[in-house]
Amino acid sequence: MKTSRLKNYGKINRDNDLSFTWDNKKYKGFKGDTLASALLANNIGVVGRSFKYHRPRGIFSSGVEESGALVTVGSKDRRDPNVRATTQELYDGLKASGQNAFPNVNFDLAGINNYLGRFFASGFYYKTFMGIPPFEWGKGTAIWMFFEKFIRKAAGMGSASTLPDPDSYEHAHDFCDVIVVGSGPSGIAAAIEAAEKKLDVILVEQDSLIGGDQLSEYEFDSSHIENQIKNLGIKVMTRTTAFGLYDNCVVGLLERVTDHLLLPDKTLPRQRFWTIRAKHIIVGAGAIERHIAFNNNDIPGVMTVNASKHYLNRYGVLTGKKIVITANNDSVYETAELLSEAGANVTVLDSRTNFEIETNKTFEIRRGYVPYNINGSKKIDSLDISKSKNISKSETINCDQVLLSGGWSPAVHLLSHRGVKPKWDYENACFLPSDTKENITMIGSSRGLWNKNDCIASGVAGATDALNRLGISKTNYFFPKPGGWKNPIKPLYEVKYNKSRSKSFVDYQHDVTSDDVRLAHREGFISVEHLKRYTTLGMANDQGKMGNIIGLSLMADLLNKEIPEVGTTVFRPPYTPVSIGALSGRNVGKHFRPLRVTPMHQWNIDHGAKMIEVGLYQRPWYYPKENETLSNSYIREATTVRKTVGICDVTSLGKIAIQGPDSSEFLNRIYSNGFSKLKVGKARYGIMLRDDGIVMDDGTSWRLAENEYFMTTSTGEAAKVMSWLEELLQTRWTNLNVNVTSVSEQWAGVSIAGPKSREVLNNCVIDSSVINNNNLPFMGVTSTFLKGKIPCRIARISFSGELAFEVYVKSDFSNTMMDLLWENAKKNDGCLYGLEALGALRVEKGHVTAAELDGRVTIDDAGLSKMASSKKSYIGSAMRKRGVLKNNDREILVGFFPANLKETFNAGTIVCEKHNIKGQGIGRITSVTYSPELGHWIGIGFVKGGLDRWKDTILVGADPVRNKQMNLKIVSPHMVDPKGERMHA
Amino acid sequence: MIRINCPYCGERDHSEFSYGGDATIKYPSLDSSEKEWTEAIFFRKNIKGFQLETWHHTNGCRMWLKIERSTVTHEIRSVKPCHPDLQKVVENNK
Ligand SMILES: [Zn+2]
Repeated sequence: MKTSRLKNYGKINRDNDLSFTWDNKKYKGFKGDTLASALLANNIGVVGRSFKYHRPRGIFSSGVEESGALVTVGSKDRRDPNVRATTQELYDGLKASGQNAFPNVNFDLAGINNYLGRFFASGFYYKTFMGIPPFEWGKGTAIWMFFEKFIRKAAGMGSASTLPDPDSYEHAHDFCDVIVVGSGPSGIAAAIEAAEKKLDVILVEQDSLIGGDQLSEYEFDSSHIENQIKNLGIKVMTRTTAFGLYDNCVVGLLERVTDHLLLPDKTLPRQRFWTIRAKHIIVGAGAIERHIAFNNNDIPGVMTVNASKHYLNRYGVLTGKKIVITANNDSVYETAELLSEAGANVTVLDSRTNFEIETNKTFEIRRGYVPYNINGSKKIDSLDISKSKNISKSETINCDQVLLSGGWSPAVHLLSHRGVKPKWDYENACFLPSDTKENITMIGSSRGLWNKNDCIASGVAGATDALNRLGISKTNYFFPKPGGWKNPIKPLYEVKYNKSRSKSFVDYQHDVTSDDVRLAHREGFISVEHLKRYTTLGMANDQGKMGNIIGLSLMADLLNKEIPEVGTTVFRPPYTPVSIGALSGRNVGKHFRPLRVTPMHQWNIDHGAKMIEVGLYQRPWYYPKENETLSNSYIREATTVRKTVGICDVTSLGKIAIQGPDSSEFLNRIYSNGFSKLKVGKARYGIMLRDDGIVMDDGTSWRLAENEYFMTTSTGEAAKVMSWLEELLQTRWTNLNVNVTSVSEQWAGVSIAGPKSREVLNNCVIDSSVINNNNLPFMGVTSTFLKGKIPCRIARISFSGELAFEVYVKSDFSNTMMDLLWENAKKNDGCLYGLEALGALRVEKGHVTAAELDGRVTIDDAGLSKMASSKKSYIGSAMRKRGVLKNNDREILVGFFPANLKETFNAGTIVCEKHNIKGQGIGRITSVTYSPELGHWIGIGFVKGGLDRWKDTILVGADPVRNKQMNLKIVSPHMVDPKGERMHA
Repeated sequence: MIRINCPYCGERDHSEFSYGGDATIKYPSLDSSEKEWTEAIFFRKNIKGFQLETWHHTNGCRMWLKIERSTVTHEIRSVKPCHPDLQKVVENNK
């Protein structure tokens, strides 16, 4: 291939030189070039190596369908693999390199794969890795793991940077009446027509310039049209791809904001992910020219016909000197004229014999001829041609470029996203869009219109269709008939030549050959969807934009069927690749999810807290002193609570105000235990079940007044419980007079636990008599004042098993409360304690939390049968008695000791019988801790049959993740102070 | 991408809402049998076309809504409060 930049052609800015590097060498291009046009202008033919066979590949197209020129652009943290050189705008300083080759695309050591083809035929992976032994602990995956390394390495198409992405991405939203996808003649016409009728219009174009196919015209200047449509108030979005259509007229757009710049403006995101909500969608996405399968049809220098025209008139690059165009349709003759006028020697092979065409006679037309083999390796030397498809009289033409046109495929992808199946049109040999009831209209060549005037007419008709469907007008309109060529197309998908073992490519990017399709057929993969998966046809990042139809036609031939009987694969979003960065937008790092902190968050940090995430909340984990580790710290904290007193932030618990005359009845229905007799000034621990009898959540409810309760829920289930209560009141028990309000944010809560907790609190409240043992007995509730006249609610509730109080103040007073409590706790040798110590204290007591109540556990499993009232009905009371929830093999809450008390274990350990260590075992350990009170590790969890069945048996704790096993003793979950004497003190 | 016209808040994106379930279920009284509850909880029709379902305007007014939605096209035909008294209020204010 001998390319050249022509003086009088192209829309590039020749006053604006750009320099770029390709495989570490410097080259020059112009503003307005793509990387592909600049490479061509510099006569670089080999730009990549193919996926499986490492064959040299060139530039096949000039657009998004590119499957040869996939390159790596950028360096270091901005290294982007698999960029289509045909859509990458050139900028000064651009660094690009070839992929899938070592040391480079011109000399690739793995080129040997070309001769080892049989190892890479379709189905290789499936056949080789079938029969891998089932996954079991510690074995079985090794074979795959061994091969995976090599396969991944051999199959890689470029590699992404492993450094953090330095760019930012945005999510954006917009609304409009009509969105027009594509700015070709039809899209422009539609946008203008709709805007003139006062509709709010967005026009989207994936290219940097508007115009679509007109950019391949010598005269066309997009700036004129751009001004005209902007004056009409049309919002024009260039460098923006409509990658998917979704329900209710939602269009997903990817706007490439700074991909055409070397160093992006720091105030701009690299890309924007747009969600557009339109009332009507008009798609003028164009059509894509197909290639033809024949031997060595992938040698660099092969290109689609219209790509060559585009390079000539847009970039001023003549892509060959001696060009053979092989075709089966009329669309190529304009290009043939243009190329020969520009100085190339052109020959057209047309597989048709009877057709009339008017040309300027500057090139030769060979009627009835087809190509069957290209000679050359890194460049084209010559083309073997034959009159008729059964290669008889053959002939060889010397040439440096072969342009292909096997017909055109309308881009029906976006409509296909909506589940609308395209219909095969025999006359035009292509799939055409079907009608849909949704507000989507296809226009231009994406509905199979091949000439410009028809496209423009269809744009106006499309806009009228939109106006009618939106109820704005009632105007008659008609769409031109599909087609528009003088002579009919004659299907030509493959020219088969058996006498040589050369490869004939259907899908360039995944190296799928005609023989691969035939192999799939022989092996029974005859459905399109199977064919696709077995051969990977159409599964590369071009999604088969060029090759799919050829694959279908080959399968149709083999099955003696027509193409529509074989079917078509369904296109799914995205139309072109969307970066993960754009999908995540700003939701990365710290912003990955919302952060919730308690009002005393800063106070906790100022007092040395190390924080841990619990759901969305940041909670104090432990408060290390000097060089303490986590375990030093929590053991000290837990010990201090049992010995003197500790203070813990419990604000993250859910808090709900329940008010109204039927509040008691309401609570009595939602909790499994009785609430109707709870007196004012008392709190009660309660368990809520789901409808199906499984535990939903636990917490306390405090009766503040006759018709007012204060409910606490677990941290994790707070939102769910709130929605659940609202659902019950609004949908099921609509006659109950109850109001529920979330007050989680309004109240700051703290737990004061330990034998000295009352002494601490005595010094903090204004009137200490309200909290003495008579006035505030176990589970008592009072509303009183902390010193400084701070109103507070106090309940004598214990989670740690010690004498303990929960104190709540309005969130604004949280720091004052903490200062006050801490000052007095210090005087009593107290400590601040975090979640880790809280966990140790509650595991010692056998109290369950979210780790145990995981949505599979019943009230009986949790050892809380006493909490299930037999005197009333409540949510879940019928279903908790289901047979499956009552059988003897249920896993019941127990405590665990290591048989050898010096050993440790982890949560997640699987409990097994000694001689049957496999599978899911007979239970699991859910929470573990070192017990300062007992002096060794303890755990709680579940075992089939519970304590009664196993109390005298040694079981085995298997921890396959850590490759560990230890013997376990099963004990009561209530490991410290089982009678609860301390908390009643 | 569903848009829901909340009677209290106006048209909002579905991401503000949480899906509830079948709005036609008559939940039995709490003292009903296991059989009745089993049918209410576990037996669901797999409707192709319009169905009545509950949605919670979780990140909005927190009202539970009864919505008629097509399972094929996501078209929404009607949106009402679940609570019958509130339904009347909304209708009277129309
Ligand atoms: Zn609302």
